[in-house]
Amino acid sequence: MADQKVSTSCLNGKKQQSDFTWEVRANDRAYHMQFKKRVSFCLTKRKYADNAIKTGKYNALTFLPLNLYEQFHRMANLYFLFVILLQTFPEISTLPWFTLLLPLGCLLIIRGLRDLIDDIARHKSDWIINCRPCEILSGKSFSWKKWRDICVGDIVCLRKDSFVPADLLLLSSSEPSSLCYVETADIDGETNLKFRQALLVTHEELMSVESMAAFDGKVTCEEPNSRMHSFIGMLEWKGEKYSLDSEKILLRGCRIRNTEICYGLVIYAGFDSKIMRNCGKIRLKKTKLDRMMDKLVILVFLVLMIASFFLAVACGIWAEKFRRDHSYLSTFYAKTSPIKQAFFTFWGFMILLSIIIPMSMYITLEFIYLVNSFFIDWDVEMYYPAKDTPAKARSTSLNDQLGQIEYIFSDKTGTLTQNIMTFKKCCINGIIYGPGTGRKRRLLDESLSWNPYADKNLEFYNPLLLEAVRRDDDPAVREFLRLLAICHTVMVEEKDSQLVYQAASPDEEALVMAARNLGYVFLSRTQDTITISELGVKRTYKVLAMLDFNSVRKRMSILVRDPNGKIRLYTKGADMVILTRLHENGANEKITEKALDSFAEETLRTLCLASKEVNERDYTEWSKKHHKASIMLENRAEELDKVYEEIEKDLKLLGATAIEDKLQDGVPETIQLLKKGNIKVWVLTGDKQETAMNIGFACRLLSDDMLILEEEEISEMLSAYWVSNNNLSSSGEPLCSDSFVQKPLDTFRRGNTALIITGDFLDKILCIGEVVKKKKENFWKRMLCCKAEVQQEQESLLEKAFMNLATSCQAVICCRVTPKQKSLIVQLVKKHKSAITLAIGDGANDVNMIKTADIGVGISGQEGMQAVQCSDYALAQFRFLQRLLLVHGRWSYLRICKFLRYFFYKTFSGLMSQIWFAFYNGFTAQPLYEGWFLALYNVFYTAYPVLSMGLLEQDVSAKKSLQFPELYRMGQRDEFFNYRVFCLTLLHGTATSLGSFYIALWAFEDKVGSKVVGDYESFAVTVATSALLSVIIEIILDIKFWTVLSFLTVAGSLLLFCVFSYLTQNFQAFKEAPSIFRFPDASKNALTDPYVLLIILLCVVANTIPSLTFRLVRVIMGKSTIHQIRMKDMRLERDMVELRAHFQRGSMQRRSSYAFSHKEGYADLITRGASLRGRDSLGLSTTPVPVFRSSSSPRLEAHKTRVEFLA
Amino acid sequence: LLSAGIALPLFFALGLAGLAVGLGLHFSSGTIRELELDYTGAPRSNHDCARCTNASATSGPCLCTLRFELAEPFPGPVCLYYQLSNYYQNHRRYGVSRDDLQLSGDPWGLRVANSLFNDTFTLHRLVNGSFMPVPLDSRGISWWTDSNVKFRNPELVNGSLATAFWGTAKPPNWPCAAYLLDAGNPNNTGFVNEDFIVWMRTAALPTFRKLYRRVHQGNFSAGLPHGTYRLDINYSYPVLPFKGTKKVILSTVSWMGGKNPFLGIAYLVFGSACILTGFVMLAVHIKYQQQNQMDED
Repeated sequence: MADQKVSTSCLNGKKQQSDFTWEVRANDRAYHMQFKKRVSFCLTKRKYADNAIKTGKYNALTFLPLNLYEQFHRMANLYFLFVILLQTFPEISTLPWFTLLLPLGCLLIIRGLRDLIDDIARHKSDWIINCRPCEILSGKSFSWKKWRDICVGDIVCLRKDSFVPADLLLLSSSEPSSLCYVETADIDGETNLKFRQALLVTHEELMSVESMAAFDGKVTCEEPNSRMHSFIGMLEWKGEKYSLDSEKILLRGCRIRNTEICYGLVIYAGFDSKIMRNCGKIRLKKTKLDRMMDKLVILVFLVLMIASFFLAVACGIWAEKFRRDHSYLSTFYAKTSPIKQAFFTFWGFMILLSIIIPMSMYITLEFIYLVNSFFIDWDVEMYYPAKDTPAKARSTSLNDQLGQIEYIFSDKTGTLTQNIMTFKKCCINGIIYGPGTGRKRRLLDESLSWNPYADKNLEFYNPLLLEAVRRDDDPAVREFLRLLAICHTVMVEEKDSQLVYQAASPDEEALVMAARNLGYVFLSRTQDTITISELGVKRTYKVLAMLDFNSVRKRMSILVRDPNGKIRLYTKGADMVILTRLHENGANEKITEKALDSFAEETLRTLCLASKEVNERDYTEWSKKHHKASIMLENRAEELDKVYEEIEKDLKLLGATAIEDKLQDGVPETIQLLKKGNIKVWVLTGDKQETAMNIGFACRLLSDDMLILEEEEISEMLSAYWVSNNNLSSSGEPLCSDSFVQKPLDTFRRGNTALIITGDFLDKILCIGEVVKKKKENFWKRMLCCKAEVQQEQESLLEKAFMNLATSCQAVICCRVTPKQKSLIVQLVKKHKSAITLAIGDGANDVNMIKTADIGVGISGQEGMQAVQCSDYALAQFRFLQRLLLVHGRWSYLRICKFLRYFFYKTFSGLMSQIWFAFYNGFTAQPLYEGWFLALYNVFYTAYPVLSMGLLEQDVSAKKSLQFPELYRMGQRDEFFNYRVFCLTLLHGTATSLGSFYIALWAFEDKVGSKVVGDYESFAVTVATSALLSVIIEIILDIKFWTVLSFLTVAGSLLLFCVFSYLTQNFQAFKEAPSIFRFPDASKNALTDPYVLLIILLCVVANTIPSLTFRLVRVIMGKSTIHQIRMKDMRLERDMVELRAHFQRGSMQRRSSYAFSHKEGYADLITRGASLRGRDSLGLSTTPVPVFRSSSSPRLEAHKTRVEFLA
Repeated sequence: LLSAGIALPLFFALGLAGLAVGLGLHFSSGTIRELELDYTGAPRSNHDCARCTNASATSGPCLCTLRFELAEPFPGPVCLYYQLSNYYQNHRRYGVSRDDLQLSGDPWGLRVANSLFNDTFTLHRLVNGSFMPVPLDSRGISWWTDSNVKFRNPELVNGSLATAFWGTAKPPNWPCAAYLLDAGNPNNTGFVNEDFIVWMRTAALPTFRKLYRRVHQGNFSAGLPHGTYRLDINYSYPVLPFKGTKKVILSTVSWMGGKNPFLGIAYLVFGSACILTGFVMLAVHIKYQQQNQMDED
């Protein structure tokens, strides 16, 4: 039956995922063995994979065929194989067989070896993982076996700190409420503990090994899939059905923590496990240069084909002449017609000229990319000692694009900021307490002496406040701190006899910590109580209601009954919200408001605190309403909000807090530097506008002299555009989409402009864009039919106009954007500006954007590793970005460009002479060079200097690169390699080849040397040597940064040329194989003739002089980088003065922002009591309510999800 | 690395060096005496050899003579070259058909060598009213490697080269079989015949010279004195069908070979170009420096 299901689900394709066809029977291996699934044709595989994983691609037998098959998937390799096969036809074999086979063989071997080494490493790691020990239930007892022995349906036993070997259904654990704590660092990098919870029934019944051995439950669930966070299934046992969700699943790769022992049933093993399913193919990003290179290679190929064609036509014409007149050749033409001859010669030329296609370029480039990535990994300046994290280039093929970035899209939290909030200041009852200065040590000791809970790392010391607190005579101070200790959703845990707080947002944690350091310590909470220690006195408050935060309310309140029986409401929230809900407007408020403004000025995040006493009668009344609202099925949230609103009024202001959202080190400086490098930084954040703006100012993305455009201004401008555009279209003029933006833009182009928009506003613009996309199929038709129909395209033009506006601003901040919108923005910029984009972020919400951007950078920070795992580069700190881009990026770009330029040059200049020679041998595709020279030219004679240039070249030092970020613009403008440069290179190469060929030709024409009398071999050697030397001189001029390596490679190339010339031209070799070593002593004879030496010298000088002149002109005219730097150096002083003037702050008023995380708090969880563990160890008077055994809520929840899912 | 301070002197130095080498080459080329004698015998050229143009290997040799005067003495050693033009010895198939394995001692049919240039020359000087033969040395006209390594005769069979070549066909255009080239001189016959070796060292270009003989013996060890000479040509190689020309060249030899005006002139041109560029660069350099200074002020 199951078989049938599988096959139908396969047929249905998409439906497969939602089918519940995965059946697992506990302790029944035989059952799972019987199922097979078809892989292809008649091959079948077991349906349930075993737990051994095999990521290695090859084994001893399949390596050669598979690897070769893979390698010949590359067009270039295939083409060369084709040419080599062509060569086997004697009619068209213009080159000796080894000429192409040798380089191709080298390439195949190098690449093959690399694949082999990679694969051996994979096999090794597979073996290690497969041999990890684990305990499997076999028969009546657990026995130690290896991971690979695990099968679906087995019951395994896991102990503390062991890794989960497969996706398991948690059956029971040694912990109360059958909780099991796991760390998911290997899956998403998050190191905080997560809990999993077994079904009550299995936990209670499967307590002994015997009961587990007798366990015969049947799990039905989805087919294996890659959704890490969802699992829907059902356990059937003893005639009852229980629903299962991801809370009951231990995923392979997790680690068991804080749990002595737990038992699980294997659901998915090996490759079926979710983590293995997630190891999908990595989407290959290609760089701009990469794409261009592919095009160029194809272009070169086409040019060669056309050249071959014309040469073949000429050959046909000459063939006729040869056949008629040249009696000494007529035998060759006796049997073939000129057309046939031309056809053969075409292929002959294709073989001959195939050498010009830079075959070895790709592999050399790969090596350069790899080593340049290592340079990034090894850079000590990008190593973050605090976390022991170096930078990591996870993708090794994008380095050059790091030098061409135009837009950076940055997340805020955790990227620009540390995501650490510190309590900086507060205002209690109109008195501002700031951070104290000096004498910290003594204060710390002092405070520890009276407050054993004080955190050793506390940063807020204010002796005045401390004194006020300890005096305990100001009720406002007391209430203020009490509020901080009570009104929150923080969880507390004890670790090594230290209280550890876990908060939904770091802001909350900072507030609770501040209260703790001031003697109001949050100790524990249960479902309905909160215990705090107030200056050493423990007090337990009964929580009557928790009015949680949400983004509309912008505040959170808690209703408690204090130990004296009084009911109090404590509220904290955004200033605008709190200030409007106050009972009276006193002087206190005015001062507080001023304080808030001053806090905001300092880019601190502020909160207002307020409280009130509620009398019993009001509470009972309100409580009824609250209960009624909380059980409503429809509009519950809105109703609750209304009820909350009723009680949160007539508050008494206690004061305000100011929290610093700590920027990472060096963020403002980095942004400043990037801006100077003409890189635009956009901040995309899920945070609120105020917070985002605050950070914008804090990190100097925004400054006071900037014109900040908000939504109103933007919509005004866009609607103005709309009108002008309509006018335009009605008057029938061709549409100029830029014209409208241009006018207003011109006005503020001189000044600085910044744009701040929200996700909702963005939606308005993008939504319209969507509509246009749908119509796009007709787009071309319309374009073709009549241009007048502009009306419908206006929407996309609006999008374009908006992008024009946004991209011309100095800074853009998008707040309240969803992950999807983040990636949409990136896409928009890519589409409209065709610019290279970089996205940097640290959290799961940045993954989309990181994947979309041309380059994704992950911050290996606190929130998790998802961003890093999807990124191309991982950095520990935002500030390392400057070095990654301005130094490594620029260098990589420079290196790759110079490499490409030179590689094409050396190929053209060395090998194009073949074409010119055709004009002097009757277009017979006679090779000019000897076979070995051709074979070794790209592999040994010219490969290494250019490689060393690609590895180590730099035009200015790292220090200068950072000092003069303006240099970065060259990469943005594609200055080092573009079609123009390519054409120049082509011309230069052609000129060099013409030079070395014609100088030698004229010298040889009818004149004689002392030994050499115009023979072919000497001519070949002369042209080859002068071409090679010209090419080497060119790289000597080209290398700006000389190292031992570059010197060695240049010297080595010459040495190799001599050695190989000797080896292939000595007559011993000739005697052994005369048809392979055809040039016995040719070099020796030719190169000892002074006449030939003078020819070579002239060639080299003549080829070098123009290049030298060109370089000199650049130097003199001041176009070279070094010169520009010198000029900048001189101007630096003046600029310094100007800069100082800029920093005078305007007195612009900014609204304060309020501190709250975007997410809702844990209030729901707390009131349900679901995540609370016993706190008996603390010895507190409160006893936690045993939640799980009595409450059915988790199961209910699970059931709900299932219902929703099925619906 | 590159700056005006280094590059400008480099230009001048290169230029001067170029000029020096150029002058040296030019003068050394100028001291060389060279005489070119065209004996193609094109129709209506009134040339003695014109009557031989229809000759071929099969029809037997046709003798023609050429008288010429040497106004100045040619100091020895004097080389005698022959030159062919519009002759495609660098044709690919021509090269392919050369079987190196065979030439190093494995006779198996000759295809390339079919077209061996087989005109022969003798030189006479008018001394006291009668023409005395000038001794022409045919040894040492090929590369040592070629005549000692590359070209080998097959193993003698029964002490006879003829038997070793038994079964191989005579190249159709040859007057005689390979083993009969310079018959009687075992070191210069068959494949090791130096004329043959010289011919087999294929030319790079359609117009080429090949060394034929050297004059450095007997009375002429000091060279050819001025006077009247007669060149006897055994004309058997047809070139007119493909509009080729045949020449005989008498030339003296210096350290750099024969008369090579091109290289000297080329060096002079490049030398002067370098110096000229140097001056232009200097001017531009000075101008830009002034401008920069003005900018900075």
